[in-house]
Amino acid sequence: MERVFGRAAALQDRVNHYCPGCTHGVIHRLVAEAIDDLQVREKTIAIAPVGCAVLAYNYFNCDSQQAAHGRAPAVATGVKRVLPDRIVFTYQGDGDLASIGMAEIVHAANRGENITVIFINNAIYGMTGGQMAPTTLPGQKTTTSPFGRDVKTMGNPIRVTEMLNTLQGPAFLARVSVHDPKHVAKAKEAIRKSFETQVNGQGFSMVEVLSTCPTNWGLAPTEALKWLETNMIPQYPLGIFRTPEEVAK
Amino acid sequence: MAERVMMKGNEAIAEGAIRAGCRCFFGYPITPQNEVPEYMSRRMPEVGGVFIQAESEVSAINMVYGAAGAGVRAMTSSSSPGVSLKMEGISYIAGAELPCVIVNVARGGPGLGGLTPSQADYFQATKGGGHGDYRLIVFAPASVQEIIDLMFEAFVTADKYRNPAMVLADGLLGQMMEPVVMKELADLKMPPKPWATTGMVERAQNVVNSLGLVGEDLEKINQRLQQKYREIEANEIRFEDDGTADADLVVVAYGTSARIAKSAIAKAKAEGKKVGLLRLITLWPFPKQKIAELAKAGKEFLVIEMSAGQMIEDVQLASGGQTPVHFYGRLNGAIPTVTEAYQAIMKYMTGKGVE
Repeated sequence: MERVFGRAAALQDRVNHYCPGCTHGVIHRLVAEAIDDLQVREKTIAIAPVGCAVLAYNYFNCDSQQAAHGRAPAVATGVKRVLPDRIVFTYQGDGDLASIGMAEIVHAANRGENITVIFINNAIYGMTGGQMAPTTLPGQKTTTSPFGRDVKTMGNPIRVTEMLNTLQGPAFLARVSVHDPKHVAKAKEAIRKSFETQVNGQGFSMVEVLSTCPTNWGLAPTEALKWLETNMIPQYPLGIFRTPEEVAK
Repeated sequence: MAERVMMKGNEAIAEGAIRAGCRCFFGYPITPQNEVPEYMSRRMPEVGGVFIQAESEVSAINMVYGAAGAGVRAMTSSSSPGVSLKMEGISYIAGAELPCVIVNVARGGPGLGGLTPSQADYFQATKGGGHGDYRLIVFAPASVQEIIDLMFEAFVTADKYRNPAMVLADGLLGQMMEPVVMKELADLKMPPKPWATTGMVERAQNVVNSLGLVGEDLEKINQRLQQKYREIEANEIRFEDDGTADADLVVVAYGTSARIAKSAIAKAKAEGKKVGLLRLITLWPFPKQKIAELAKAGKEFLVIEMSAGQMIEDVQLASGGQTPVHFYGRLNGAIPTVTEAYQAIMKYMTGKGVE
């Protein structure tokens, strides 16, 4: 019988540690499929963040480096500049990328580093136990905003992709979601395109993926998907913000 | 062919690194080491290397982490406040066992301090600086020529042990000009780096990492690191012994203060005083054994430092209280004169009743 579905070669045959209902697993698979599709696994170097995806190198079947909190874009820059023909991607959460690592992501994007960034936005700190992130929604309760995020004292959620879209450096910027199969398919397309941008040497690419955190949101997995759709998408509109073709114009 | 040229210390750091096979430099401007990134920005493209002016010292050291993990000779340079910012990355580099070179052209502190030379970063360089149990191999040049030589040694030793090495200079060494014999780009025997993340063609996955989530596993990693540090201590201690065997008083110093001490010692010797110099070339590993032997032979010590007294603690520890350890230091920003160093020597010679 013809085999029509299997594990991506860029994923290791290993059970992951993510909480039930967390969408990291889906996103890992989409990244792995993009690497497989482009046949670049053997020359890919993954940069793992600090946070829930710190063990990403246990799941992606490629060479990997683990970076300090927020510094993945700087580490990726170091790798890519000395190995320009390799494919280098970072996989970072919102605390990692939008808070402590804000300088690193802005400047890597601004330099137009030919790397790919997979940015997981679940509006909360996951690994450390549900504290407020820069992406936490107004009014959202977290362990460090127990009365809900008050934008007057805690600031507004940061729309990272829109912010990077003001720079001239990036070649591909998109925000996608994985809350239902239709959107997973779109996310797959965007992630593939982001790697393709790098393979073609067109410059910096980032895909922001809206993701769930049922554990720290205190919701059942299905409720979490619904919460993402209802609450996060209005704050973080989906879409392709920039493509290499537009940049070339 | 060896060429003899006039060169500034900071330029020697850069050119020495390039001739030692360094092919990428990541830095951020800070006085008094700005000639290093400026020089690198011109020279790196000529040798097919990479230069990036990073957005911060934090980014620069993490770019070094990435490049070193990918198997090339990488370095960064900075000055005291900037080196403090790099400490997070340095701890990760030590934890991930990556070879690289970090240069500190030190200035006065704490805080923003000033721009004048200082040796007050000794503790930070030799005792860790960043978090966790780790050591840097620390080289302390005392001339522009020695900067060139030790840049080479730093890269070779870092590669040999898969450990970050630091070259600890100061603003005076960075800014001074001296004639140097520039070496040809040596036959660079770069050891193979089978652990580097270069893409997993026909081999198993490589991971550059410093994570050890299981307590006992992390202890094992640390035990291995400590074993490596003992090996470095056994093999890599370097110092200049200038007449300590016959001396009643041994001056212990490094870098700029050792140069000053040398002139002061020459003056005292001319007057028949039995004083020698132990000039440290590696600050870590530290010559514990040598100092213990000198102490056992009854020699007193005078530590001269441009700090409130940091290395004196190591000398005291190594001498084990067998003989007095004296101290003369000028605090951050002030450089001792030869006369002051001479007076300090005479004071303790007098105290010993050898006048």
